[in-house]
Amino acid sequence: MLKIFQPNKIFRITSKAPKYVLFLFIVVLSVGLTEALILSPEDYKQSDAVRIMYVHVPSAWISLGIFSSIAFLSISGFIFKNNNFFLISKSLAPSGFVFNIIALVTGAIWGKPTWGTWWVWDARITSMLILALFYVMYLISWRIYENEEKVFKISTFITIIGIINVPIIKYSVDWWNTLHQPASINIFSKSSIHSSMLFPLIIMTAAFALFSLLIFLMKYNTELIKIKNKGLDRL
Amino acid sequence: MINELFFMNGYGAYVISAFSFTLLSFVILYIVIKIQFVKEQKKFLTKYGSLNSEKAISAKSQRINKEILANATNN
Repeated sequence: MLKIFQPNKIFRITSKAPKYVLFLFIVVLSVGLTEALILSPEDYKQSDAVRIMYVHVPSAWISLGIFSSIAFLSISGFIFKNNNFFLISKSLAPSGFVFNIIALVTGAIWGKPTWGTWWVWDARITSMLILALFYVMYLISWRIYENEEKVFKISTFITIIGIINVPIIKYSVDWWNTLHQPASINIFSKSSIHSSMLFPLIIMTAAFALFSLLIFLMKYNTELIKIKNKGLDRL
Repeated sequence: MINELFFMNGYGAYVISAFSFTLLSFVILYIVIKIQFVKEQKKFLTKYGSLNSEKAISAKSQRINKEILANATNN
């Protein structure tokens, strides 16, 4: 079953997919921006400042999702002895890190008009900052270690420690008193957010997910060509 | 209408800067990854070009190498 993940089999798809994903991303992003900036209503309390939610929340969701995927793939790479899982993890990290930074910066920009401050050391913000540090450590580990076995072990160790932080981020608003409000969107129960705001949020999340897929595909192709370059040296 | 769109009840500066930062981050990340990709692709073409005919045939027999060459020449 795991043979379908072999680079030889999937490169044909991954090398051709980016141009289609880029086109789809531009279309979905255009719809999302129109919804988020023009068509969606202002909030009765936050007024137009609420529109920052349409970039802040999807970025936070995607950075958390990507880190969880990296941890899952790294652990699976060890269990199934499949190096391609590590390559996929490595290719996911840059977009995950950038989305984490976007979530922190747009959160700070949103904090100023709503809380009156750019930054507070509350549980949600601090745990998101810690996630960014784990991303940095993960990316650095791939840069500084040449030995493949060593980098697999160290990067997996970083993700195992880092994944502990993910439920802390998710439940920080319930466990501690923070400036953040509790979750407005629940998969298993009724969401407290109105559909006129939920729709643009979903569109923007789809656009951001497409962008992370695009970056992943481009990075994955780059890594495969890098490996093939080493192969040509050995011929 | 345009003024209203940018003013946003006094929150325009915050909203526009948050969206601009996001889109700028996207553009920078895309360019960085694209540069890395093109660099590796060029390196591959140079290395492949320097192989003798026997080694070139052997390299081209691999499916991925064939795809890389096809994509590089199409771009």
